[in-house]
Amino acid sequence: MSENSEEEYNTIDDDFIYDEDDDNSIFETDEPDPLDDEGDLTFSYIVADKDRPKNYEVDFKVHSVAGIVKNQDEEVTHVSNILGIEKQHAATLLRHFRWNKERLIERYMDDSVNVLRQAGVITENSKAPKFTKVRNFTCEICCDDDRNMETLALSCTHRFCRDCYEHYLTQKIKEEGESRRILCMANQCNVIVDEKTVELVVKKDVHERYRTLLNRTYVDDNDHLRWCPAPSCEYAVECHVPQTSLISIVPTVECTCHHRFCFGCGFPDHQPSICALVRKWIKKCEDDSETANWISAHTKECSKCHSTIEKNGGCNHMTCRKCKYEFCWVCMGPWSEHGTSWYNCNRFDEKSSQDARDQQAKSRASLERYLHASIFYYNRYANHEQSAKLDRELYLKTEKKMEEMQQTSDLSWIEVQFLKKAVDILVQCRMTLKWTYAFAFYLARNNQTEIFEDNQRDLEMAVEQLSELLEKPIEAEKIAELKQEVLNKTVYVGSRREVLLEDTAKGLLETRWEFQVDIKE
Amino acid sequence: MSTEARRRLMRDFKRLQNDPPAGISGAPCSDNILQWNAVIFGPAETPFEDGTFKLTLQFDENYPNRPPSVKFISRMFHPNVYANGELCLDILQNRWSPTYDVAAILTSIQSLLHDPNPNSPANAEAANLYRENRKEYIRRVREIVESSWE
Repeated sequence: MSENSEEEYNTIDDDFIYDEDDDNSIFETDEPDPLDDEGDLTFSYIVADKDRPKNYEVDFKVHSVAGIVKNQDEEVTHVSNILGIEKQHAATLLRHFRWNKERLIERYMDDSVNVLRQAGVITENSKAPKFTKVRNFTCEICCDDDRNMETLALSCTHRFCRDCYEHYLTQKIKEEGESRRILCMANQCNVIVDEKTVELVVKKDVHERYRTLLNRTYVDDNDHLRWCPAPSCEYAVECHVPQTSLISIVPTVECTCHHRFCFGCGFPDHQPSICALVRKWIKKCEDDSETANWISAHTKECSKCHSTIEKNGGCNHMTCRKCKYEFCWVCMGPWSEHGTSWYNCNRFDEKSSQDARDQQAKSRASLERYLHASIFYYNRYANHEQSAKLDRELYLKTEKKMEEMQQTSDLSWIEVQFLKKAVDILVQCRMTLKWTYAFAFYLARNNQTEIFEDNQRDLEMAVEQLSELLEKPIEAEKIAELKQEVLNKTVYVGSRREVLLEDTAKGLLETRWEFQVDIKE
Repeated sequence: MSTEARRRLMRDFKRLQNDPPAGISGAPCSDNILQWNAVIFGPAETPFEDGTFKLTLQFDENYPNRPPSVKFISRMFHPNVYANGELCLDILQNRWSPTYDVAAILTSIQSLLHDPNPNSPANAEAANLYRENRKEYIRRVREIVESSWE
């Protein structure tokens, strides 16, 4: 019996290894080989249901600068061993081929003479570069002929003095930000100054700059790498979703600095909208929004007493200060219709949207020309964008609340973390909701759209409920109750988001969605 | 103050005096070695023949790692010369090499005169005439040749 089960697990093991090989990661991992493990530990490879890859998630890896340097080194050593050339030349070749190792090796095997010439590498008589003193030498650049002068020549044998070399390289690196394409100083010579020579010639700080620039080109040239766009973040993300797949996948990645962004376009997380729609949407908003749309998105009039209201808190349940009218910020309808079982706010309902437009047009004639169908979606998009911004303020408020809770109850710091977690989820969901409106705007009307909007409505309703919970003041005796409620709601909101993203991503893969615009443009 | 640029310019000047290429001459200003005046004579058997075209070359301390800025002072009608006298020449931009000296720069400009590149025009009118109405082009060039004697 035990023999049999051993067999069983070995099979699983094999599958696992096969998957590992299939993974076309360009980097080696430090993870231990599964074969190294004892046979009875193979249980750990059974994947829990919740850890199964989801359709809206992509595999990615975050690399630090040290990791990037190490990866370059490994690639260079590999190529240098295969082609039997010096490491510095292998590096120049790899940079010329934009780190496409396979193509380099293939071309090199085909026609090494041409490849070397085009890349500006001469491998013959190439020794490690070193300074030498040469009799009767006059440097062609500074015309110095001091007999003790140190000189240097690349394998193209164009010889210049050390000072001129240093000036030249420092100028190229510091002033022009050049790194992988610094040519020999001689007129018409296209030999590249290799990295060993640069290291030999320039001062330490210039060399550091040079390395930084090289790392930059490494990431920029590599189709599978992208720098994290967050300010002063130094990590790069590796992801293997090709540009051609961007019409069916939204490759959202998260950097070690916690910035979430789209690997395809570098824009902040815009799930579930695909990059092409995001570009169109932003362009559209820039084209026809401007101030008028901003005003219409940020201030509204109470539908009862016509006071102008600017929203300055997270939740969409509004109460007019003046007349105490309770209404929904999104549709301006009375809140009583929303709170109970029906939430009719996210749908393109001909009648209510027409009413809203009529009302706006009446009170704000100057905005009239912007009030076309798209404003419905724009307003909802802007609503969530604005709310997401305000939710950032909510972080600060939440922090205070967490302190307050620790003081008024016996909850420890770790036990009040649920509040922060709830705000995290809230902000993320607002981001998602925001982009669902851009997505919905371009969707062709059909039954699939209904499903999408159902999911959208469920998520929106859950988000508003969570938002309201978080805005509630703390009452000492009800903390336990509140915590339970928040925890429940957080999990629920998270799962609604997952359902929406999963269905949308699946639809994209199955090309189930029809768009009113050409997404291949 | 870097002496390297100055030393190199002194050598350029010596070389230009001892071994002057045909049809060009140049010298630094008496009070500033970074500022040069030069004259290019229009090459024989070209529309520019007999013209004496004055230029200035402004060097900076980065020379010879960076090219000087070169400008025609005389009026010029040429596809690759802008109205203000600045010119569009690859070796003065991205193809610059620190091994070029003043003599090399001036000879390159001289050969540019009779061998213009109408595909990257700095003066669209000159480029069009050069391509489509050579007779008129030559007439306009002769005009500026004559005005160069004044």
